Amino acid sequence: MTFQPSKQVYSGKIREVTLGSGDKAVTIGGRGVFAFHSFEGAVPNAPKIAMEVWDKDPSADWCEAAKAPFSDVLSDPAAWAKKCVSEYGAEIIVVQTKSADPNGDNRSAGDVAATVKKVVDAVDVPVVVWGVANHEKDTDVMKLVAESCAGRRVSLSPVEEGDYKQIGAASLGYQQLVVASSPIDINLAKQLNILLGNLGVKAENLLIDPTTGGLGYGLEYTYSVMERAGQAALTQEDEKLQQPMIANVANETWKCKESNLSTEDAPELGDAAQRGILMEAVTAVNLLIAGADVVVMRHPEAIKLVRNYIAKMM
Amino acid sequence: MGLTGIQIFKLMPKTNCGECGVPTCLAFAMNLASGKAELDKCPYVSAEAKEKLAAESAPPIRPVTVGTGEYAVKVGGETVLFRHEKTFVNPPGLAVMVSTAEEGASVDGKIDRFKKAQYDRVGLKLRAEMIAVKDAGGGADAFCALAAKAAATGAAMIFMSDSADVLTAAADKFKDKKPLLYAATAANVEAVGNLAKASECPVAVKGDGTLESVIALSEKLTAMGVKDIIIDTGTRELKKAFSEQIMIRRSALKDRFRPLGFPTIILANEMGDGIMEEALVAATFIAKYGALMVMSDLQPHVLFPLLLARLNIYTDPQRPMTAEQGIYPINNPDENSPVLVTCNFSLTYFIVSGEVEGSRVPSWLLVQDTEGLSVMTAWAAGKFSGESVGTFINKCGIKDKIKHKTVIIPGYAAGISGELEEELGAGWTVQVGPREASQIPKFLKSFKA
Repeated sequence: MTFQPSKQVYSGKIREVTLGSGDKAVTIGGRGVFAFHSFEGAVPNAPKIAMEVWDKDPSADWCEAAKAPFSDVLSDPAAWAKKCVSEYGAEIIVVQTKSADPNGDNRSAGDVAATVKKVVDAVDVPVVVWGVANHEKDTDVMKLVAESCAGRRVSLSPVEEGDYKQIGAASLGYQQLVVASSPIDINLAKQLNILLGNLGVKAENLLIDPTTGGLGYGLEYTYSVMERAGQAALTQEDEKLQQPMIANVANETWKCKESNLSTEDAPELGDAAQRGILMEAVTAVNLLIAGADVVVMRHPEAIKLVRNYIAKMM
Repeated sequence: MGLTGIQIFKLMPKTNCGECGVPTCLAFAMNLASGKAELDKCPYVSAEAKEKLAAESAPPIRPVTVGTGEYAVKVGGETVLFRHEKTFVNPPGLAVMVSTAEEGASVDGKIDRFKKAQYDRVGLKLRAEMIAVKDAGGGADAFCALAAKAAATGAAMIFMSDSADVLTAAADKFKDKKPLLYAATAANVEAVGNLAKASECPVAVKGDGTLESVIALSEKLTAMGVKDIIIDTGTRELKKAFSEQIMIRRSALKDRFRPLGFPTIILANEMGDGIMEEALVAATFIAKYGALMVMSDLQPHVLFPLLLARLNIYTDPQRPMTAEQGIYPINNPDENSPVLVTCNFSLTYFIVSGEVEGSRVPSWLLVQDTEGLSVMTAWAAGKFSGESVGTFINKCGIKDKIKHKTVIIPGYAAGISGELEEELGAGWTVQVGPREASQIPKFLKSFKA
């Protein structure tokens, strides 16, 4: 038998979306093939790694391995963001507005937005502002952020069915981007994109967050919903799913038990730092293969591994 | 799967005798095509048609088993390109490599780690199951001595040597263990093929970095009567290997191209710089179609994330993973400790038990069988009702372990509290806990029965 490689027929393309403004703006999406399938079509933009910064000192929540690289900046979000860019070459910064959580610190929306503004001003790379998934509080914070960061094309996240009108409207007023977030369900993802489109949010300003499950904690759900969205977008001309996807990886992987147990407490799981790094890097790699265009990461060693990985796969 | 109902119909006797249980040959052919009927049911089908149909109905990717006993690894038999289309069925085997050029202490360390690194997770045992034994040119005796060390663990083995003589000596000694013979190449395919046939061991083909070379080798072996074949394309560059794995799986499934219808082996140890990079190579091919992964070492902090990745990717999407129904004591609870009840969806169990553990508050966690549904879904489906939760609590034995009469239910199931209190009987109080697991520590710390 002569060998004729089987061909995948593609009929669609992921839209290009540009985050941020100026020289350091980052364009993602644009491919007309499955992730890393450059052997059957153009992949104009490599997937990106975004580095996360918390808007509060995470010392009480983070294990030693995660804290160590940032010990000098953990209490100063702007300095932290700067360090990510200058020392670790971050191309995108994600500010996690943890201090806004009404069940936690419950800092006022004004204070939270002011911290976000400091971070945005401290760096020239694109910024994604990631809220606490509380509709009222996120709406209050994002409205202020959208206004104070006018012109920077920041991405407001997560925008859910319960607050898309408010946050969507805020994004429209100041030409910011939105990250449409749905609970691991392709139909809900599509529906939210339709709702945002009806509101006036343009496709060029829209990313999908399908909700991330970490390794061992639901990774397979995110993996498959991403593959399904990719199939719909690229092979079934589903226009409403042709948006780039972002996965909030580190936030999930570093909170699980196995990433935080010390080497002494769990010798059977090996070196704690290396383990946490790989929990993060393996999750990122699997979601990149499934079709993530941006992975949000934390540990510089995990980031280095995944950055090398992307370079090899492109 | 390969033939359509109409194609099968052409091979049928077309008597419409009805003896197969359906009225017409066409209906029977349609059932055959969709896998709903067995060919044996037709008493009149010709031998020629039988042969043709049997060949067509063979699995598109041949299932191959390496090793024996509890460590045996069955790979292949996959039927889909994407796990959501049905499910991936046979998880890849993970192997650690030991070499005859390695110091004894290093080999012993690897074998020791191999034996020790085993983890329980929702009733499953997670562990690596293979040891690859590599000949570094030290001859048959050195190889067999090393293989004996590997064999003593019970692991499924991969014998790797360029020398047909070394493979022959090792196969002679260990063929009952069904090791994978690695590898038949263009230079030695006759000898290694004959060895595989004589020893009845599975054999790997190693190409020169092209799929054509692999096809030539697998066709050759197939013609020799060798059936259990594993493919190594010979490529060690990540990007190219990725494209090859996809081409192989697609050709096997979409085109039923037999020469590539075999499981594949990935030499991650030759593709990454250090074990962290090797881990990302393995993670890639756990998702995209590798069947056996060879690593230079399996340190627990590398193995554990890979075991989770394999577990996640190979979980059947049609059947949620579940935790066993029962009482889970967390942080050494006593008779005054709080009692929480939740569903048996494995993710819920992991997250809730993790938060309870993290709170350091000694607690009893009751997990009720909701057929793997999450709290809200189970509640909506009537599988987490006051009656079902009440019956479970009454029967599970928790009442003998505690002195108080309070139980905490998930916030999303607040609606069942009245009915549940009735079900539990006089004196019982139902407290509504938080909706989100992340709020459990705060809740437990301020909890009073």
